[in-house]
Amino acid sequence: MKVFALMAVIITGAALIYSTFGMPDWGDADSPANTHVSPRYIEKSIEETATPNIVTSVLADYRGYDTLGETTVIFTAGIVCMLLLRNKKDD
Amino acid sequence: MIKDFDNIIIKTVCRILTPFLQIFAFYVIAHGHYSPGGGFQGGCILGASFILLVIAHDINTVKKRMSEKLNTFLCSIGVMIYAGIGLLCLMLGANYLDYGILHTILPVDAVKARAMGTLGIEIGVGLTVMSVMVSIFLNIASGGKHEEGAPE
Amino acid sequence: MIWQLDILILTIVVICAVAAISVKDLLSSAILLSVYSFLMCILWAELGAVDVAFTEAAVGAGISTAFFIGAIYQTTRRTKD
Repeated sequence: MKVFALMAVIITGAALIYSTFGMPDWGDADSPANTHVSPRYIEKSIEETATPNIVTSVLADYRGYDTLGETTVIFTAGIVCMLLLRNKKDD
Repeated sequence: MIKDFDNIIIKTVCRILTPFLQIFAFYVIAHGHYSPGGGFQGGCILGASFILLVIAHDINTVKKRMSEKLNTFLCSIGVMIYAGIGLLCLMLGANYLDYGILHTILPVDAVKARAMGTLGIEIGVGLTVMSVMVSIFLNIASGGKHEEGAPE
Repeated sequence: MIWQLDILILTIVVICAVAAISVKDLLSSAILLSVYSFLMCILWAELGAVDVAFTEAAVGAGISTAFFIGAIYQTTRRTKD
């Protein structure tokens, strides 16, 4: 059984490593991620939002809905942990 | 789980370290516009300072400062600040979470108002993350038992 | 991006990941996962993603290790298998 598990891990790992050869190089200026939306953010972020850190302006301003959902996920996780782990007997 | 063991070195170091950790957390939240950081990371550091207090002192020491009621209140308030700023933009006549319209009630221009709105939601995210981290750790560490002075 | 540093960090990451699942002591497993997160944080910072590195250091190496240790204290320290 262990042999099959090892085979499955090796085959999956080899497929993943093989698929990384199709990805663009690190810092490639012609990759799709660097040609469509990134130049717009880099050029306009400081004059539209007055925020020098582009990551913050994208996370909190341009993609505000996304961060709202993320905060709601954390809030839900905390409430569920409180409900599940709490001992119901006291108070 | 965590009992009050008398070790003066750990207690003193943690008492000196905790305010600096919290000031650094506020710096990370407030300075997220100019340097790496933001509400999530700052909230995590703020929660870690309370976890350090649990490890150094008793669990009841922290429960006196961050009770379960206060934790629940703070993590709801954080999400409410976030959604409330969005609703405020909606009521002032812009889209949801479009902070540019906030310049009508703030004494800044429209571009600076976007930075102010970003700061507001970072504070909300920080509050939520801090109280959720503290409450999860208190619940795990005490095994869900919340009575005063319980040994385990 | 220095490729020698990359190779070194990635090797230690793989060693930490294999050691974390093969060690019998759960407490050392949690600490090895913390080391793994910290090395990933160095890797992110080296690739230029400083915000991701900061999040990885705060959440992966800091808070989640504290949660793991808190959970291990509620159970036995050694694995059964």
